[in-house]
Amino acid sequence: MKLGILFSGGKDSCLALYRAMQKEEVVCLLTVISKNPESFMFHTPNIHLTEKQAEAIGLPLVSVVTEGEKEKELKELKEVMERGKEEFGIEGVVTGTIESVYQAARIQKICDSLKLWCFNPLWQKNQEEILKELVENGFEVLITGVFAEPFGREWLGKRIDKEVVKKLVEIEGINPAGEGGEIETTVLDAPFFRKRIKVKGREIKFENNSGIMEIKKVELVEK
Amino acid sequence: MILLVDLCYKKDSLSNYEFVRPIAKIVEKNFAVKHYTELVPEEVKKYEKIILCGTALKDKSYLENIEKFAWLKSVNAPVLGICAGMQVIALTFGSELTEAKEIGMKWIKLVKENKLFSRDLYVYELHGFGVKPSNEFEVLAESDKCVQAIKHKEKEIYGIMFHPEVRQEEIVRNFLKIQ
Repeated sequence: MKLGILFSGGKDSCLALYRAMQKEEVVCLLTVISKNPESFMFHTPNIHLTEKQAEAIGLPLVSVVTEGEKEKELKELKEVMERGKEEFGIEGVVTGTIESVYQAARIQKICDSLKLWCFNPLWQKNQEEILKELVENGFEVLITGVFAEPFGREWLGKRIDKEVVKKLVEIEGINPAGEGGEIETTVLDAPFFRKRIKVKGREIKFENNSGIMEIKKVELVEK
Repeated sequence: MILLVDLCYKKDSLSNYEFVRPIAKIVEKNFAVKHYTELVPEEVKKYEKIILCGTALKDKSYLENIEKFAWLKSVNAPVLGICAGMQVIALTFGSELTEAKEIGMKWIKLVKENKLFSRDLYVYELHGFGVKPSNEFEVLAESDKCVQAIKHKEKEIYGIMFHPEVRQEEIVRNFLKIQ
């Protein structure tokens, strides 16, 4: 079955993509680029990197820009899926949704209206297991956004390894995989990347327990 | 040993992660997962309890193979059918399917107290068909759109249309306590 993946460039969509590639044929990445940093549906820091990530993975990218207004961005989500269907013949969509029934239900409804299959291979998965699976499979994942206490500036740019997973799990009240929006991530390498992404320039912005690491310049390097 | 039956479009599919594994996570231990196409009546009798898992909204392949579930008629173990699993149970015992789509969180109303739950619930729905139960069943719950839970009048065979793995894990645990 030809599938498109809703791709943010973060760890959840990359892990969902990894699983989907093992079972079906993924033919394109679908990205909604939100201009709203508080987007309800879409991950935002470093969303501009999805183009480079697509190149590193070796899959075409279909992208649509949204202003990020709550209900309007669903229209753009539908548009990007329609384009995936028209341009690449996708029969279904894969998402990295873990627990959000808000997100899951909206994507299910759009898929239903477009007669597309919908797959959520991380659905209800234990958050700690997700982090461990990423580490065990050699995903290179950086924390590029922190949006809640007790995350300080020092978390930005940290690579998620065994030690970081342990610390994330120990922090009470925080969803360790960050689906509640406490952290955002950017994936620089994964088993299915043909090339890895090397960060050449970055800028950290941090204030009031909230910050992002914007990746300004990258290059693709052979693995 | 508990049998989890995978009703998805093929064995070991991408949907298995979404509809079988979350149930396995609640059951935790002493379970086996089998795809419905590989089940034979003799083997089914080995299990103490059986759960028929759900499928993707677009997946209707189990409806084209309903004869593969004929073993349900002679099974003595308690059975729980979730979503597609409820449809299969209903069809096997002479009920009809109706067009009834529900997606997302919704309130359902308790009609009859039972061993699985005893109050109105706010549940996650993901189905395109509803069930018009035959008189072999009693209705346990309903939404404004369709029947949400049924029980066979003489056997410990239950069907629930919503997905308990999302917000009502205790329903699966209560089922596992049934003797």
